[in-house]
Amino acid sequence: MTPIIDLRDIYKIYYMGDSEVRAADGVSLKIYEGEFVAIVGQSGSGKSTLMNIIGCLDVPTSGEYYLNGEDVSELKDDEQAHIRNKTLGFIFQQYNLIAKLNVLENVELSLLYAGISKSKRSAMAKEALERVGLSDKLKNFPNQLSGGQQQRVSIARALAGNPSIILADEPTGALDSKTSREVLDFLKKLNQEGNTIVLITHDNSIAAEAKRVVRIMDGKIIFDGDAGKAFEAR
Amino acid sequence: MGFFQAFKLALKSLAGNKMRAFLTMLGIIIGVAAVIILVSLMQGLTGEVTSMFSDLGTEVLTVSVQSRGATRTVDDEDFYEFYAENNELFSAISPNVTVSGMVKQGNNEYSSSVKGVSEEYMAIEGYELTSGRFISYSDIEYYQKVCVIGSYLSKEAYNGNAVGNTIKVGGNKLTIIGVLEETDDSTEGSSDDLILLPYSTACKIGRTQINSYSFCVADTDNISYAEEVIDNYLYNIFKSDDYYTIINMQALIDQMEEMINMMTMVLVGIAGISLLVGGIGIMNIMLVSVTERTREIGIRKSLGARRRDIMRQFVIEAGTTSAMGGLIGIVLGTVFSIVLGDAIGINATPTVLAVGVSAGVSIFIGVLFGYLPASKASKLNPIEALRYE
Repeated sequence: MTPIIDLRDIYKIYYMGDSEVRAADGVSLKIYEGEFVAIVGQSGSGKSTLMNIIGCLDVPTSGEYYLNGEDVSELKDDEQAHIRNKTLGFIFQQYNLIAKLNVLENVELSLLYAGISKSKRSAMAKEALERVGLSDKLKNFPNQLSGGQQQRVSIARALAGNPSIILADEPTGALDSKTSREVLDFLKKLNQEGNTIVLITHDNSIAAEAKRVVRIMDGKIIFDGDAGKAFEAR
Repeated sequence: MGFFQAFKLALKSLAGNKMRAFLTMLGIIIGVAAVIILVSLMQGLTGEVTSMFSDLGTEVLTVSVQSRGATRTVDDEDFYEFYAENNELFSAISPNVTVSGMVKQGNNEYSSSVKGVSEEYMAIEGYELTSGRFISYSDIEYYQKVCVIGSYLSKEAYNGNAVGNTIKVGGNKLTIIGVLEETDDSTEGSSDDLILLPYSTACKIGRTQINSYSFCVADTDNISYAEEVIDNYLYNIFKSDDYYTIINMQALIDQMEEMINMMTMVLVGIAGISLLVGGIGIMNIMLVSVTERTREIGIRKSLGARRRDIMRQFVIEAGTTSAMGGLIGIVLGTVFSIVLGDAIGINATPTVLAVGVSAGVSIFIGVLFGYLPASKASKLNPIEALRYE
């Protein structure tokens, strides 16, 4: 079986003055369809770099990245945008909703850039909002919603285009513990429904919710295995 | 993302900050309005001047001779001889004699202009008669004391029944033989307030000389050539061009139009500078807008917006801003042109061309000056844009 995500010996090197920073230092990682993987690490460990590369927001300095069997490690701007649009759904810590668009329009955004017709766009967005339980808030604006609701809108936005992978970057970082719980439960539910989820977090207790944990330190993978074993090993 | 979608987005973005949008547009509004007002007023002025000069006859060459001090002179017989020799070039000739004398009918005095002319003067001016006849060749030959009057005098002094009555000019009693049809508005001092008499009679009773000769050319295309022929004829006689002048109305109109056009260009050029400043204002605000919306751009890019999607969004926003400014400017400019034109007394309704060009230019300026900020936005790195606070 081909993995959805196949990182092969990925390096990402930044130069700060004379010193060299290896944000990704020979990372190899395979993620298969239907997995729920948490990438965990302290700030500065290189997990954000990894997430940017996985999310096709950045290209590695060297190494190969196959997404759905396709080499995406040397794409140009617009080609990356196309891949993001078709195969990836992002959930951000700060929700990243556009304030002047209403809930429905926010969810429709990626479909808009995919060139889907208006009626179909609206139907797909409504379906995604129904899945997160916000069918009654279509015309509301983000600032009229609670943090938890806003994060659910952003989840709906990530789901709307039926992406192969959902990439969640600290999705509970701005939420209280109760709403965090709800969001995590929802991600689990999505995973049970067959969605592949990659969760990036610095918080071990959140990472423990995933099936598989990948721990990053100084740009290297120092642990990769079952969530249960991840924490007893320490 | 389609064009229409981007346009809707642009309207929404402008509506979100109305005050700023209006101030941004102001430069374009003023520029477009200024251009339209200037072009319309100048065109109105050109029209007015042209029609004024055309009334004087564009197919007529007016020749006046000032032979004082010259060893030779040219009289009406010479001119008639010249006219007969060039009959393929000219269709009519009339000497003009201005008579200054009190016009009296009964005890009433009038300030009508009194002119001595030939029998062909009617054709030169394109007059029609409402009653009676025009001056004839024999009237001139025999110094008949007859005259044709304009519609003002006919109405005012004779209640429309002027023919057969008499009128006094400088103490000389003239019999009215015809009445001209109205050419203006039959008021005092208008071109309907006149008396025409045989030029021979006019010279006699006014104790004066022929002031000038009107030559009507057969074909207006030949007017310059006809002017040259007259010029050569007179130059051969006087051996100098100090003793005569030839006035070509068409040439005067052309000169005038050229002058007004040049003035229009200069004024529009100055008004155009405010359009340029308006465009720079748009660019400035768009740059601010791009910075303010860095995060939004990051979000859009992370969701799959390509460079051209972002580009289009901002270019259309700039274009929409200036197009709306242009539209308001056109409306304001049109209203002001008509009102100002009315006040001055000319028809200054903007032409479709002026409106079309202003609309086009304002959209073009928006797109031109929106290009740089849009290009900046489209090249933002999504990672950095998302992190932007």
